[in-house]
Amino acid sequence: MLNYIIRRLVSLIPVLIGVSILAFSLMHLVPGDPARSILGEKATEAQLEALREELNLNDPYIVQYGRFMGQIAQGDLGNSITSKEAVIVEIGSRLPATLELTLFAMGIAVLVGVLAGVIAAVKQYSWFDNISMSGALFGVSMPIFWLGLMMIWLFAVELNWLPPSGRLSNDIELQTITNLYLLDSILTLNGEAFVNAFRHLLMPGIALATIPMAIIARMTRSSMLEVMKQDYIRTANAKGLASRLVVFQHALKNAALPVLTVIGLQFGFLLGGAVLTETIFSWPGVGRYVMDAILSRDYPVVQSTILIVAVIFVLVNLITDLLYTLFDPRIKLD
Amino acid sequence: METLAAEAKADQLDPALKQKKNSSLWLDSLSRVVKSKTSLMGLIIISLLIIVAIFAPQIATHSPTEQNIIERYQAPSGEHWLGTDELGRDIFSRLVFGARITIKIGVICVGISMVTGVLLGCVAGYFGRWVDQVIMRIIDIMMAFPSILLAIALVAVLGKSLTNAMIAVGIVGVPHFARIVRSTVLSVKETEYIEASRVIGAKNGRILFSHVLPNCLAPIIVQATLTVGTAILDAAGLSFLGLGAQPPTPEWGAMLSDGRSALQTAPWVVMFPGLAIFLVVLGFNLFGDGLRDALDPRLKQ
Amino acid sequence: MKNKALWMLFSLFALMLLVVAGCSGNDEASSEGDSDTEKAAEGNGDNTFVFGRGADSTQLDPSKVTDGESIYVTNQIYDTLVRYKQEGTEVKPALATEWKVSDDGLKWTFQLREGVKFHDGTDFTAEDVVFNFERWTESAEYVYYGYMFGATEDDMGGIIEKVEATGDYEVTFTLSEPNAPFLNTLAMPPFGIASPDAIKKHGEEYFKNPVGTGPFVFEEWIPDNKITLSKNENYFGEVAKVDEVVFRVIPDNGARFMELQAGSIDAMNGMNPQDLDTAEQDVNLQIIRRPSMNVSYMAMNTQKGPLQDKKVRQAINLAIDKKKLLTLFEGIGKPAKNPLPPSLWGYNDEIEDYGYDVEKAKQLLAEAGYADGMELTLYTMSNPRPYLPQPKFAAQAIQEMLKDVNINVEIVENEWDAHLSATENGEHDMAFLGWTGDNGDPDNFLYVLLDKDNAKKGSAGNIAFYKNDELHDILKKAQTELDQEKRVELYKEAQVIIHEDAPWFPIAHTTPPLAVSKDVKNYIPHPTGSEPFNHLELK
Repeated sequence: MLNYIIRRLVSLIPVLIGVSILAFSLMHLVPGDPARSILGEKATEAQLEALREELNLNDPYIVQYGRFMGQIAQGDLGNSITSKEAVIVEIGSRLPATLELTLFAMGIAVLVGVLAGVIAAVKQYSWFDNISMSGALFGVSMPIFWLGLMMIWLFAVELNWLPPSGRLSNDIELQTITNLYLLDSILTLNGEAFVNAFRHLLMPGIALATIPMAIIARMTRSSMLEVMKQDYIRTANAKGLASRLVVFQHALKNAALPVLTVIGLQFGFLLGGAVLTETIFSWPGVGRYVMDAILSRDYPVVQSTILIVAVIFVLVNLITDLLYTLFDPRIKLD
Repeated sequence: METLAAEAKADQLDPALKQKKNSSLWLDSLSRVVKSKTSLMGLIIISLLIIVAIFAPQIATHSPTEQNIIERYQAPSGEHWLGTDELGRDIFSRLVFGARITIKIGVICVGISMVTGVLLGCVAGYFGRWVDQVIMRIIDIMMAFPSILLAIALVAVLGKSLTNAMIAVGIVGVPHFARIVRSTVLSVKETEYIEASRVIGAKNGRILFSHVLPNCLAPIIVQATLTVGTAILDAAGLSFLGLGAQPPTPEWGAMLSDGRSALQTAPWVVMFPGLAIFLVVLGFNLFGDGLRDALDPRLKQ
Repeated sequence: MKNKALWMLFSLFALMLLVVAGCSGNDEASSEGDSDTEKAAEGNGDNTFVFGRGADSTQLDPSKVTDGESIYVTNQIYDTLVRYKQEGTEVKPALATEWKVSDDGLKWTFQLREGVKFHDGTDFTAEDVVFNFERWTESAEYVYYGYMFGATEDDMGGIIEKVEATGDYEVTFTLSEPNAPFLNTLAMPPFGIASPDAIKKHGEEYFKNPVGTGPFVFEEWIPDNKITLSKNENYFGEVAKVDEVVFRVIPDNGARFMELQAGSIDAMNGMNPQDLDTAEQDVNLQIIRRPSMNVSYMAMNTQKGPLQDKKVRQAINLAIDKKKLLTLFEGIGKPAKNPLPPSLWGYNDEIEDYGYDVEKAKQLLAEAGYADGMELTLYTMSNPRPYLPQPKFAAQAIQEMLKDVNINVEIVENEWDAHLSATENGEHDMAFLGWTGDNGDPDNFLYVLLDKDNAKKGSAGNIAFYKNDELHDILKKAQTELDQEKRVELYKEAQVIIHEDAPWFPIAHTTPPLAVSKDVKNYIPHPTGSEPFNHLELK
């Protein structure tokens, strides 16, 4: 097991190097000028040139890339060109926001998706099956940016039930520990902050959860159905085991595999989908941050953030693979 | 962009799909598609989209680009069925002409993903060894890159335009096709009749195109249909971020994006383009689902 | 064992379900209580002024920034030698109490205020002024210094030859040439005097640990979220009436407006024009319009293609219905006919705008030999600017109007920096741009934007690449002329020439609206774009 993990981790290195090269070269192909981006319309050509020199933007690409990777190897992600702040600090304050949103959305998606899928499979062709599966089809077809805007319009503008943007109302005091506001408010036993943060999370969370939820529901249902048709379930049924126990103990266990795959893949999707959701809900997360950085040619920010997101993504995949063995002893890791 | 890939990946777990199919099975499948109520509905939506696109000038009540700034942000009425937008253009007519762009997006994006992906997947699966290694590592790298960010970065490099957005979305969709095709090729490659044709001296290219590829058709077609939906969503997302279609193109995502600033006062500018996107994507997904069920002999009783 | 894990996972789900169900059950009940407390907190007058805005500051070192959002904050923290008066661009004493200029206009001597302390407790002296000015010549990053005083790579000091402490509380500037706008320039927020101790102490980190002498003291900065300042009890001027100022970032204009309606912020800038009506009808809100010191325009590249012909440029001026175009501004802009905003001295009101006349435009085009029309590009920025709230809409409107005179316009939209690079290089036929005045001097508009000195490819401020020697002579003369009356005449003459040559289609002077809660008293917006908050009160 340990061997396997080490081997997998080692094999990630070339992939991550590839990602870094891709990120680096894409960024340097983008037309535009970071110096101009910083100094604005009022700078003179002499000032621009001097700044480019200061930022080492005049070096050959290979030198710049080497410097970037050298820093990374030392654990230094560099500094943002526009804000001068260390990228690690900036990401540190934004990544928790995105993680909180993503985990929350994933929670909704898994909870509702698996539950709906299981019930739909057990009661195949019932009204519940029909409704939830049509709902799932609607879900995968949903432009989430539109769904988000429509939710804002309905729940924030028209009904005034939920806050339209942000993570926490500014009159709420919250001592931050992990920067995951829900968790922090539990840790500090701050009920007011918990409710407030939860209300802020609700709309973006649901918007982001929609597509994964639908996919998980569909996958759960179909793998459950397949397993339930198999002989041993029939045998179990015939032996007279209470049907609910049969479903949960045997069927779900076997159906868990493909569902797990989906969850792993969807996590990556969520990280990407956060760009749109964060834009719409003014969520101060990594998605918006990278997108703004791409558009203002903040090279170090883009390169480092993409690398970090890629690391998270491949690690999630690794964990998914490891979980396979937990659910199905027949799967060997090697 | 990973949305449906998940399901596609699950397909790979199913050995039945990899069986070769014969022509009677194809016919059989077709009739299944038409018989299934959901996929028929999908087919109807898609046909409607195509009809609207073809007869756009006849269906539209106004010019899609004609402005009337004085009458901006008008609510839906007898004159403007779906209201007017920020420049006083008729939203209904813009949606109608937008149907053409939507079809274009679907076809071109999926075309790029499919051709490139199939080619890469075939080559990787058939030749194996280092070729396979190199191609699949590149695919891994692309998959490890959050797809929407990859698309944004690609558009940033290529410049903002609908064409470039389509190219970006197309490229982002390549890995899924490549993976599906590769795994199918891997299993077909070892079958006896391929061995046989190799023994009688057929060339690689010939084996690939006349024996291996036809066996991959079913999963490719299913994947393509399902990808049309995601491609439309992704391209609309890029346009929504201002990176896709440029004015005055009546692209639905861009229309929606331009309406955002008036969400409080004129929600219809946002509402209808989004609804249109949703319906069309739903249509392709319904149809794709039906197609998959039909081409999947598992369900055949 | 495997089973156990499965069951644990399952009970975890069940627990989460319970939690979520429990929360959502409570949610509605508690939400009402929640908003009640929100309102109550506000009514209690917890004395914090919350200002909502679209973007975060980039740095809190004013000498290095050009974005309004950074300046807004630093304007609270720092003082300049002289400050603008509350309602205009005339200057009043601040860190300097009095000043005099030598007859040749080259030596400026300032008497400094005694007993002023920086927020870190150190004393403010003449040496500190010298330290700051010398620091600004060290790098090209100090962008405003270089730009206002004409620094070059070889001469980073620009027109300021030296700055000396001629006493503990006396500073003398020696200039290399007379500069009429010098005093006004010193009042610009980028020239806020920072504590040398703090700069040395924080080094690279100074940009997020600002220390000045201003009415507010920096407390905390949570990037992309909020910046908190507290009042400076020992301020030498009017001590602030609010205890705290919070700058909150809410990127979406609509969302920010909703927060204002909900009462969670007290004031905001950057409204969607569409929300203005709603705001005006809201009894809890007041709309305050910032006096205009800006101009938005469509520059026509006078060195390229058909636009080299004056008649074509005039025809385009005639073919665009400015009144209709301005409806897109929803009442936040007045049509422009001159490059100068009317609030500035030297504005020539006798000039008559071209007006909207398609027939005349066609005739002019025919005379110029373009009756069959032409293809032109129109470059536009993707993001709103204070002087042009929705560039994309304006571009499309112009595109449509020019169709009537057979001009086909292709819109090229770029991010802000790419737009600047492209237009400075002269890639465009036509391009949107605008200008917000820095120091309230006409030179800061006319020379910077329309003189041939600034029409160099690659670094052009004059993106019409308009070159007129007669105009150049007038503008140069006005720069060194110290007699105000004569300067007024010169600038009026300059505007006549510009109008005739039509290098621009002037669009509008905007009065960017601020939406402010009725509870806020004495909010007086300044034409330069930001104002210190020490005068305002919360009810």
